Formats: sequence, C-alpha cells, structure tokens
Amino acid sequence: MTFEIFLQQLANGISVGSLYALIAIGYTMVYGILRLINFAHGDIFMMAAYFMIFSMVNFSLPWYVSTVIVIAATILLGVVIEKVAYKPLRDASRMSIMISAIGVSFLLQNLATYLFTGVPKGFPDIPFLTKAISFGNVSLSMVTVVTPIITIILLFVVLFITNKTKIGMAMRAVSKDFETAKLMGININNVISSTFVIGSGLAAIGAILWGSKYAAVMPVMGVMPGLKCFIAAVLGGIGNTTGAVIGGFILGMAEIMLVSFIPPLTGYRDAIAFVILIIVLLIKPTGLLGEKVTDKV
Amino acid sequence: MKRKISLFLCFMMVFTMFTACSNEQGTSTSEAGSDEDVIKIGVFEPLTGENGGGGLQELDGIEYANKMYPEVLGKKIQLVVVDNKSDKGEGTTSVSRLIEKDKVAAIIGSYGSGVSIAAGDIIKNAKIPAMGASCTNPMVTQGNEYYFRACFIDPFQGKVMANYALEKGAKTAAVIMQNGDDYSIGLGNFFIKSFKELTGDENSIIDVSEFQVNDTDFNSILTNIKAKNPDVIFAPSSLTTAPLIISQARDLGIKSLIMGGDTWENPSVIDVAGSDAEGIFISTFFDESNPATEEARSFIEGYREELGGKEPNIPAVAALGYDAYLLIRDAIERAGSTNGDAIKDALNSTKDFEGVTGIINFTEEGDADKNIAVIKTVENGKFKYIDTVEIK
Amino acid sequence: MITNKKNTLFRKLNILTVIIAIILLYLIDSDIVGNQYIKRILNLCAIYTIVSVSMNLVNGFTGLFSLGQAGFMAIGAYTVAIFTVPVELRESIFYVVPQNPVLSQIQIPFFPALLIGGLLAALVAILIGMPVLRLKSDYLAIATLGFSEIIRIIFTNIKTITNGALGINRIPAIPSLELDNFNISFGPMWSIFGIAALSVLLISLLVNSSYGRAFKAIREDDIAAQAMGISPFKHKVMSFAIGAFFAGIGGGLLASLLGTVDPKQFYFTMTYNFLLIIVLGGMGSISGTVIASFIVTAGLELLRFFDEPLTLFGVNIPIFRAGLRMVIYSILLMVLVLFFRNGLLGQKELSWNAIIGWFKNKMPSHKKSEGGAL
Repeated sequence: MTFEIFLQQLANGISVGSLYALIAIGYTMVYGILRLINFAHGDIFMMAAYFMIFSMVNFSLPWYVSTVIVIAATILLGVVIEKVAYKPLRDASRMSIMISAIGVSFLLQNLATYLFTGVPKGFPDIPFLTKAISFGNVSLSMVTVVTPIITIILLFVVLFITNKTKIGMAMRAVSKDFETAKLMGININNVISSTFVIGSGLAAIGAILWGSKYAAVMPVMGVMPGLKCFIAAVLGGIGNTTGAVIGGFILGMAEIMLVSFIPPLTGYRDAIAFVILIIVLLIKPTGLLGEKVTDKV
Repeated sequence: MKRKISLFLCFMMVFTMFTACSNEQGTSTSEAGSDEDVIKIGVFEPLTGENGGGGLQELDGIEYANKMYPEVLGKKIQLVVVDNKSDKGEGTTSVSRLIEKDKVAAIIGSYGSGVSIAAGDIIKNAKIPAMGASCTNPMVTQGNEYYFRACFIDPFQGKVMANYALEKGAKTAAVIMQNGDDYSIGLGNFFIKSFKELTGDENSIIDVSEFQVNDTDFNSILTNIKAKNPDVIFAPSSLTTAPLIISQARDLGIKSLIMGGDTWENPSVIDVAGSDAEGIFISTFFDESNPATEEARSFIEGYREELGGKEPNIPAVAALGYDAYLLIRDAIERAGSTNGDAIKDALNSTKDFEGVTGIINFTEEGDADKNIAVIKTVENGKFKYIDTVEIK
Repeated sequence: MITNKKNTLFRKLNILTVIIAIILLYLIDSDIVGNQYIKRILNLCAIYTIVSVSMNLVNGFTGLFSLGQAGFMAIGAYTVAIFTVPVELRESIFYVVPQNPVLSQIQIPFFPALLIGGLLAALVAILIGMPVLRLKSDYLAIATLGFSEIIRIIFTNIKTITNGALGINRIPAIPSLELDNFNISFGPMWSIFGIAALSVLLISLLVNSSYGRAFKAIREDDIAAQAMGISPFKHKVMSFAIGAFFAGIGGGLLASLLGTVDPKQFYFTMTYNFLLIIVLGGMGSISGTVIASFIVTAGLELLRFFDEPLTLFGVNIPIFRAGLRMVIYSILLMVLVLFFRNGLLGQKELSWNAIIGWFKNKMPSHKKSEGGAL
C-alpha cells in the first residue's frame, strides 16, 4: 500500500466516522435522558434525506433555504414522534417503550417504501459540497473535507448548550436523576422535547452531508447507520456527547482500516461494529468517557 | 373515554376496509368461477424492496402486452399481480397464492433470479408453466421442466462483457460483486471465468471484492482497486448500488472503464449518478433504435406512446416482460387449453417465435436460445446503443 | 360438587378441541379441505408459533430482552439445509465456490438434522449467553441483536459451508411419515403441527415447573430471587438456551418448508415479527402467543388486498398500491403498543373458565379484545 492510498483511506475513514459521530450525538442525548435506545433515530435521518429531495427537486428551492426547511421539518418529526409514541409510555416498562421505538422505525420505513417506492432517488446536487478536489494522487469530494469540520463545530455548539445554558443544565439534571429533577420543578417535557430537537436537527444535517456523499436515498438507508451510530454512542460512553463523537470516529476508522489492510475480510465489515459493541459491553460497559452510574434498573 | 372513541374509530375504519375489500374479492372470484370467459395469468414481481424498480418496469411491459393482446382462445386474459417484495419467503407464498387461490394457468416472473429459484419447486410440483422474463441465473430453469425464460443467461452475458472488455483493449480487470445477490455473484463469476480464458492469463483479474446488501460506502473497496489500477471494473449489481459505485469511483479519481450488467439499464442509475455515469458500458437484451423483428417495430412505437415520456428509453426488461407474455399466450393458443402440461409442451415446441427481443427458440433447459446481446453506453445523460455482439 | 362437574366438563371440552384439531389437520393435510396455499400459510403459522413461544419464554417469562431469535433460526435453518440436500445435487448448488469436501459427502435424514440444528443453536446460545447475560435490559437487547447479525454475517462469508449469499436451494421437503401396515401417510403438515404442539407443551410444562417459577422470580426481581437461593445466571442461561433450541427447530422447519435459505432472510428485522407476536399475545402468556402467531401470520396474508389496486364504484382509488399493506401493518403495531400494552391475554392463560367468563362479561371488554385481535 502506497502512502497516497493510505491517505485516501484515512480520509475515507475520517469522513465516514464524522457522519457516524453526528448521528451518534442524537442517540446519546436521548439515551442519557430517557434511557431509551431510540431505534427510530436512523429512520428520522432517512426521512430528512427525503425532505431534502422534496424541497430541492419538487419545489426547486436553493440549497441553503432547503437546508433550513429540512432541519425544521426533521425537528418537527422528531418531536412529534416523541409526543405520540414515547410520551404516553413514560411510566411503562423499558421494554414497552423500546418496542414502541422499534414500531416507529418499522412504520417510517414502510411509509417511505410506500410513498417513495424502494427505488433509490438521486440526492440533489449541492455544487459546493460535491465538487471534487485533489491533493496529488489523493482525490476527495468537498463533502469529505467539510464533514469533519462541521461535526466538530456542532459538537462545540452542543457542548455549549448543555454546559452553559439553562435548558442544558436542566438536561444534565434530568439525566442524572429523573425523579429528583422533576421534584425540583424542572419541566421534564420541555427538557425531553429539546433533546429531541437537538438530536433530530443533527440527524438532518447528517442526512444532508450523507446524501451529498453517497448520492442515493432509499427507505432502508437509515437502518445500518442507525445501529452503528448507537454502537458508536455506547463505545464513547452513552450519555456523553464528546464520547459519542470519539466513538463515531473510532468506528468509522475501524471499518475502513479493516477493509484496506485486510481485504479478504471485507465481508465482515458490518460485523466489526457489533464485535466492538460486545467487547465494550463486556469489558467497560460505561464506554470510553462514560461515568460510572449506579444501576437504575 | 377519548382513547376508547379513537380506538373505536380506528377499528371501524379497518373493518370497513375489510368488508369493502372482501366484497370486492367476492365479486371477482365469482366472476372467475361462474364465468369461464377469463383465463388468468399470474405475475409475480418485486414491486417493493430492493428490486422494486426493475420489477415495476417489467410489470409495465407485461401490462402493455396484455393491453395489446387481451384475448386468447376467445377468452379474456386477466393478469393477477402479486408483490414478492424481493424476498424469497414472500416469493414462495405469493406464487403458491397465485397457483392455489387464483388458479392461474401460467405464471410470469420474477425480476431477480433468487426469488425465481426459490419459487421453482412450487411451480414444478404444481405443474404450472412459468416464464421468467429477465432472470438470468442458470439455476432458474435447470432441472425444472416447467420453468422457461425469455432472456439469455449469465454465462453468456459474462462472456459478452469479457469479450467487449478485451475489445476495448483491457488486459486487467477488477470485479465487484454484491454478496447477497445470486444475479450479481453469478454474473461476476462467469465474467471472471471468461476473462481469464480470453486473456489466457490467470492473473488478469487483479481484484475481486464483495460488498454487503445494504452497503452504501464503497470508498474503501474502490481505494483498494484504485491502488491496483485495473483497465476495467466490472460491477454487476442491483440498480440501487450501481450509481453509488459509479459516482464514488469517479470521485476517487478512478479512470478505469466501468461496466455492468443488464440491471443497470435504468434511468434511475443516470439520475442518481449524474454526470459520473457518462461512459459506462452495459450489456442488455434489446435496443429500440435497432428493432430485430416486425413485432419489435410496432412495440417500440406503441410503447413509447404508452410511456409518454415517463422514461427516456424503453427498458429492456419491459421488452422482455412483453415477450414473456406473448410467449405464454402463444403457447396457450397452440395448446388449445389451459392445462399446465399442454402449455408446457406447446412452449417446448415453440419455433422461431417473433418476439420484440429477437427470434426465440427454447433450449432443452427451457432457456431462450439467443446469441445476441446489445452493448450500450451512457452519453449526455442517455443510454446509447453501441454495438450488437454475437457469440457462437 | 359444582367445581368438580365443571372440571369434568372442561376436560371433555379439552378432548373435544384436540379431536376437532386432529380432524381438521387430517382434512387439510389430505387436501380434502383447503388447498396448498392455505396449507402453506397454516404451516408458517405453526412455525411462527414455535419461535414466538420460545421467544416468549426468554422475554416474557424470564424477562430477558433478547433480540437474537433470527440468528438462532439461521443456525437451525442452515443445519437442515446443509445436511439434508442430496449429495448429488451439491455440486450444482455450490456452483461458485465448491462445498467443503468433507461436508459435501454427508447427508443426514431430516429429523436428526433438525434436532442437530436445534442443539447447535442451543450450544451457540450458551456460548453467547455466558458473557452477554450479565447485561441488563436494553444493553442485552442490543448485544443479542449484535450477535444475531454477527451470525448472519459469518454465514454470508463462510462460502464453503453455507454457499455464502447465494444461499442453499433445493432443500428437500419435510418427509411424510408412512405407516405401511395401516396404509396411512402423515404429510409434512403433521410433522410441523406435531412439533409445534410438542414445543408448546414442553415450554408450558417448563414454565409451570420449579424452573419456570425461578424464571418468573428472576423476571420480577433478580436480586430478591438470588436471596431466595435461585442462581439468576444459571437460570438465565438455561432459559436463553432453551429459547434458542426451539428457535433453531423453527428455523429448520422453515428452511424445509420454503425449500431455500439465504442469509438475507435472517436479517435482524425478522426478529421484530416475533416481537410483535409476543406483544400482541401478551408477554408471559403461552396461549396468547399461540393465538397471536396465527393472527399475525394469517393476517399479513389477509392484508394483501391492500397492495392490490382497488376500484370502488368505477373509481380507481390511488392509495391502494404495493406497500400499503406494510404501512397498515405497522400502524396496527403502533396502536397495539400504545393502547394495548398487555396484549390479548397479558400474563394470563386461556382457559375454559376464562372463555366462559368472557362471554358472560358483556359488551365493553368483549369489544375491546375483539379489536385487539385484529
């Protein structure tokens, strides 16, 4: 393997990893507060990609207007899902609420198949993102370069919100102790909604970047990224935003490196995420940056 | 209380749907039962799922054929369409539904060889003749006297592409296949075999990669390929993955020729891959600018009108669907009955049938004995005819 | 006295039900009633019953949220596929990568292969369970889901054994059992329903044994259970392995019924179907699960008309097209999860007492349960 090829693979890894990271933040925040694996998160991401197609192709809006609309629409979708499918089950067992999440994911996928058919749709071209640039023999599309930067910026934004703002403080309080926070007069519903707002918004941005990178949108596109990003969140320490980003990067790199250094194992690419998950769960269930919490179950 | 009311309404809705539809079904079955004027032909195609796009195109062709030739033996032909969701389990139940519940005389389908292979045994045991339109894997008809097909098979297609690659001056090739798809693996391996034979060099295939069903990121595979710099990349795959491979390869700066199989002849490939699709090569069954028969001429004219600009080109699978329908209809006519064995024998004795995709005779296995394939490329966002290849 | 009378009545009713079931089975199996299509769906229902009941043992009775059922089914299905396909057909099936030379010479009759499949699934479950069962609720769910995917991915990649993604075709159908002396033959349906009945019986015996009580104690509170002298870990592994065994059996039957297996079938979303069934039937109710298996499997076929174009009063209603069926199905699932969290029977079992009580207890509850059954 030449050095250039290695650089190329490294770039691939970073860009896949940062996309994972972006989606993983949504998982980790929801889990931190509700202790719920939001299985529908990957499908919210998928819907965001379809929204983008709608606003750019069907309504021919420019990409910057569309981006705003798509983020708003996705946030709305996320919050509605929370209100309809999760809120009524707040007192139910964790198994019930997780089954509800699986149900929502199933519904969104089937709805997308029905409305848009299983045929992949082309993602609208955002010239600024799809432009190819090359450094010597290494050629990248702009989106590959931009994604990690956006991810890092958004990470700081999220960190700012959770650490410096009032709602962020409330979020941290709720994730520490749900009941006590409630007793202290924190409006739990507001906190949960804002979590879904942030998570879904990031998923929407992730979807736009993902679409620009891979160009195709289809109903099942959210399934695997969804699972992998949850794994990234677990790897980084669930509930910890920085951890989720680090987890995403590690997972993306691990996948790409497996393929580039051991090509015969290409077929096992999807398995590596699960292997990492199981190792983490068995050795250090709190993940890399997670703090030790007493078991609330 | 509110909950109860909402639930009640919800179930009322479902119930009305049930009753409405059972009424509907009731009338349609009584029609078929009492009224012997209808001959049913079952169509099982993937309308949703991974192969949904191709399935819909094929169905369009079949339905158009039904519109053009709605009768046989003085009776109306009714198409019964079921969706197999590109899934083998679903495929077997839907075929057994066609045979047992709808009592079809013959079956057309399916796009995607895997589902056809899975349904083969049911078809064989029920002694209902079936006609595959575009399923190219040899296993579909092998050892199944009731399964026929209107298209060529993968070994032939693999050979055609290997030949063409050589013609283009290629000495080395990389192959990307979809691990999870009989079609892709089959065609890929036949290409490898032919290419090695033709170049006489065991090492002419410099890279073979496989990817998983829902993969969307081919960058790492392609980067490996880029390092080896092959003259040709052959990537038979479903039309969902095709544009991803094409555009990611071009983004990585890979200049090699990219070739695919018949599944790529779909506007969605060009739509998704955009300008990256320029210059890819595919083999396919049929070309509209070069009609092979009289039937083809009238089909092309009529079907273009039918499409009404929905698609820029007539997809080959639509033409094959059309042929499949005509072959079955022709056999029923010659058999003079809807008896499964009679139709099968009639199909076997098909001689020089003038289809849209050429003159069709069947081999002993029940495959269309075709020795012509069409090579196309993409130019200015459209599929363009390049050459007709004949292999003896 | 009255209860005694009642009991004899119930016993008679039980026997009557069994006799009716056997007669029905005979009529359908010998093609006097129904057809191949109905037979196929009923067989699928029975196989789904086996897998769902076993999943309920793990999830409903022991309280382990496991999502690994599809993986264990894959093990059973592949064992049957690999060992029952006639040796002479192997070469044409493994046409890309030849089968492992040792395996390609081994052919085992169906029933032993099925049993081996189940045992292998159980063995794998023990190996997986040892480390994983220490995890709790959703972590356990995601870890078992992960293992099920790993199993599937391994099967996709070990081509010399499983033929990779091409899958294995031409799996012989379940053999008929011939009784030459009486000139009777029992078709595959007898085997499937027999195995299903046996599985349900075994699991309900287990649930009502001391082991079953230990499972339930662990479900309610495993620390308390430990204090009572029950080893939660041992029982969890046991329940997990037994669940996997029956899932493997179900997978083996499915392989033989469909005549073909490939790794894609065992994608983790398959497990969701069984999850739906046990939620509908009631977590912790065996009879509920059995009923739900039939409702869901047959219901999915019934809903098929949603996929067909519908013309009412000469107007083509555009919402009826391919895919609508699955949308309706998932909406029903959501309604179920949100409003009928306990499913049909909750943790109760169906009994004649309950049925009679249900008929006596008039409208409101009556309507509700009927609605749930949809």
